[in-house]
Order: sequence, then structure tokens, then C-alpha cells
Amino acid sequence: MSVLFDEPGPRARRRIRIATVLGVLAAVALVALAIRQFAANGQLAYERWQPYATWPMWRYLLDGLWSTALAAVVAAALSMALGLLLAIGRLSERRWVRAPSAAYVEVVRVIPALLLVYVVLFALPKYGLDLPLFWKLVVPLTVSNSAAFAEIFRAGILSVERGQTEAGLAVGLTRGRTMRMIVLPQAARRVLPSIVSQSVGLLKDTSLGFVVSYGELLYSGKVLAAYNGLVIQTYVVVALIYLVVNASLSKLARVLEQRSSVRA
Amino acid sequence: MSVLLDHLPELWQGLVVTLQLTVASSIGAAVLGVLVTAMRVSPVGVLRAMGTAYVEAFQNLPLLVLLVLAFFGLPEIGIKASPLVTAIVVISVYEAAYIAEALRSGVNAVGKGQGEAARALGLTFRQSLWHVILPQALRTVVQPLGNIIIALTMNTLLAGAISVVDLTEEAKRINLVEAQPIPIFVGVGLIYALIASGVGFVTGRLERRLVMVR
Repeated sequence: MSVLFDEPGPRARRRIRIATVLGVLAAVALVALAIRQFAANGQLAYERWQPYATWPMWRYLLDGLWSTALAAVVAAALSMALGLLLAIGRLSERRWVRAPSAAYVEVVRVIPALLLVYVVLFALPKYGLDLPLFWKLVVPLTVSNSAAFAEIFRAGILSVERGQTEAGLAVGLTRGRTMRMIVLPQAARRVLPSIVSQSVGLLKDTSLGFVVSYGELLYSGKVLAAYNGLVIQTYVVVALIYLVVNASLSKLARVLEQRSSVRA
Repeated sequence: MSVLLDHLPELWQGLVVTLQLTVASSIGAAVLGVLVTAMRVSPVGVLRAMGTAYVEAFQNLPLLVLLVLAFFGLPEIGIKASPLVTAIVVISVYEAAYIAEALRSGVNAVGKGQGEAARALGLTFRQSLWHVILPQALRTVVQPLGNIIIALTMNTLLAGAISVVDLTEEAKRINLVEAQPIPIFVGVGLIYALIASGVGFVTGRLERRLVMVR
């Protein structure tokens, strides 16, 4: 039970039943309204949805999904590596390491990802650095997500009790080995759920491929809609694919969270 | 930097649109978010399920997909609105899921004993919610809400993809004419950083005033 209410008595149960009926009615009304709106504009016609039951259409969209996954995995791997370096840098004892790492994280955190995409898209070519399409999406995503990962890792490292570091140093390990062998493995386990949910965010960010014309899922949808004219159908299907993929990943994050909280 | 001064009127226009998007969507998201939170903590199972479905759906869909779907798709089923209104509605609906999640964690952070004590004193549901639970819940979520508003500000840029001429879109257009990407995008980036740190400053002050040590 929540903090807000106890086990309901007879009167409360009656009120809950009434609210349940009203809630269901409201939901049904909403769905009915949507269906009516689709039908009134001829968008429910069989031939407007049937193409999405055919394999060529799906193969095309799955190609887009594959490009999305590729960009997301590469950007995630790169930004996690960079984020870990930045996190350790921010916790360093040496000021000349700490200050630039902190500055990078603080600055990047307040710059919108799309702005970074534009910098890579418009500014870098002017200085002779015209990246391939794939990297025009992956580089800005890496830069913007590395700051987020850095903060996650830093919080994880800080959450490991000081005694663990002290014990490592006491048995004669160097600072580097203490970090690598004692602190990081424990921190990694604690931040796993946050890492997965940040990765969901990164996967969502790959839809910026729409802007750079990289053939990920959303851009594939745009091309497809321009080709077959089934605009709303295409984008609904695209949205559903994103929903299924990301909801599965989020579910994974929750399972991981529960497992680690049971162990703790 | 003179390129920025030359285009001050356009940039100002863009900034006004960005601020409109930010403020209107923040208000919309807050109202919707409170509603969804109320559903999620209510004793009615169906409402709880609908609230959860809302949060799940919108946290797992990219905002750009929603914007594109609404902008290109809704006219096809006879729902027409200006790009600006479409963007405000979509961003509100999207960010409301995050606000609802933050508010719910705030409610859950209030100790169970607080609610029980309120009921033991004979307070009604509304009294215990208003005088005991909410004041404590709100204090714990000032910082997360600030972060959501900052994220919302950063997300308003995507409205450019559905032909809303916000600050970034103006910058992009100026760059097409002037071809001076570095000063233009750095300048615009600074403005976003300024907005973000403004929000951060306000929530930081609020939190210091409200925070409660348990």
C-alpha cells in the first residue's frame, strides 16, 4: 500500500468501483474518438495498412533499425569509455587533471545535442574535417552522452564506502590498482541500472539521424513515407518499433535494479 | 562576433520563440504531470495502470518521433494546428511523463509513518495529502524538477525539425547566409547555457530554502 491510503473499507470500495467505471469509460471514449477521426479521414482503409503486413516493408524498416542499433552501440561504447575517463579525472588528486575534466562535463551538460550535431554538420567541414555520415551522428552523440555517463560513473565511485579505498591502500595496493581492482567493480554493479536507462536515452537520441540524413529508423520512415504516401501509418509503425525496443531495455534496467537491491 | 550583432533582430525573434516553447511547455507538462501522478498514486487500479502506461509510453518514445508523427500525421486525420502549437502540445505531453515520474518518487520518499500518523490524528484523505504528504514530497523533488525543465529547454530545439523557427533554427538560417558556423553556434550555445544555468540557479535557491534534513 502507498503512504496515502489504508486498506479500503466498504464506502471507499464503492467509490473505487465508481472511479474504475468512469476511468474505463474515459479511456474507451478516447480510443473511440481516435478511431472515428482515423475513419472519417479514410486512414483506416485496408490498403493503407496492408503494406505494413508485407515483408519488403519490414525488411526496409528493420534495416533502419539495424542502423539505429549500430549508431547507438558505437556511440554508447565510445561515450562510456570517455565518461569513465572523465569521472576518474574529476576525482583525481591532481588539479590539472581535475579542472579540465570538470570543465568539460559542466560545459557539455548544458549544450543541447542538436547544437552539437549542427557544429559537426556545418562547422567542422569548414575546417577540412568532413566526416562520413555515420560519424556525423555518432560524434555529437558521443560528446553529449559522455558527460552524462561521467556523472553516473562519478556518483557510482563516490557511493563506494571510503573504507574500501583505505583498505586497498592499507594492504599496499597503489591508488590506480585500488581503483581498478576494488572500487570500480563495486561501482559498476551499482550504476548498471542508470547506465541502461542512459543508453535508452542515447538510443532515443539517434533519431537525430533525421536531421543529418543518416539512414536510421526515423529517417528511413521519412523516406518511406515520401515514397508510398502513407504518412501517418509509417510514423505510427516507426513509433511502435521504438516503443517496443526501448520498453524492453527499460524493463531490463528495472530487473537489474531489483537484483542489485536484493543483494545489497 | 560581429556576425551575431548583424543579425540581432532575427536572433531576438528566435529567442522569443524558444522562450515561448519553454515556458508554455513547462506549464503544460506540469499540469499534465500532476494529473498523471494523481492517477498513479490513487487507490483506483485502472487509473494507476493508465498512469503507468502513459509514463512508460512517453519515456520510451523519442521526442523527435512524436513531433514528426504529430506534425505530418495529424493533418491526415483532420487535426490541424500551427507548428508552434503542435510543438508546445507534443513537448508538454512528452515531458509530463518525466515530471510524473519525479513527483511520484517524491511521494514515495515520504515515510509511510507520516501518512499513518496523519490518519491516526483523524485527518481526512485530502487534509493529510495537503498538509502532511505534499509539502514533504515537493521539497524532495525541487532539484529533479529543475533538471527536467533544463532538459525540456534543450529539447525545444527539436521543434526546428517541424518548421518552428526557434533560436537554433534562426542560427541555422543565419549560418546558411553568412557561413560562419563557429561564432554563430557558439553564441547560440552560450544563450542555452545561460537559460539552463538560470533555471539551475533558481531551483538551487529554492531547494536550499525548502530542503529538509530527515
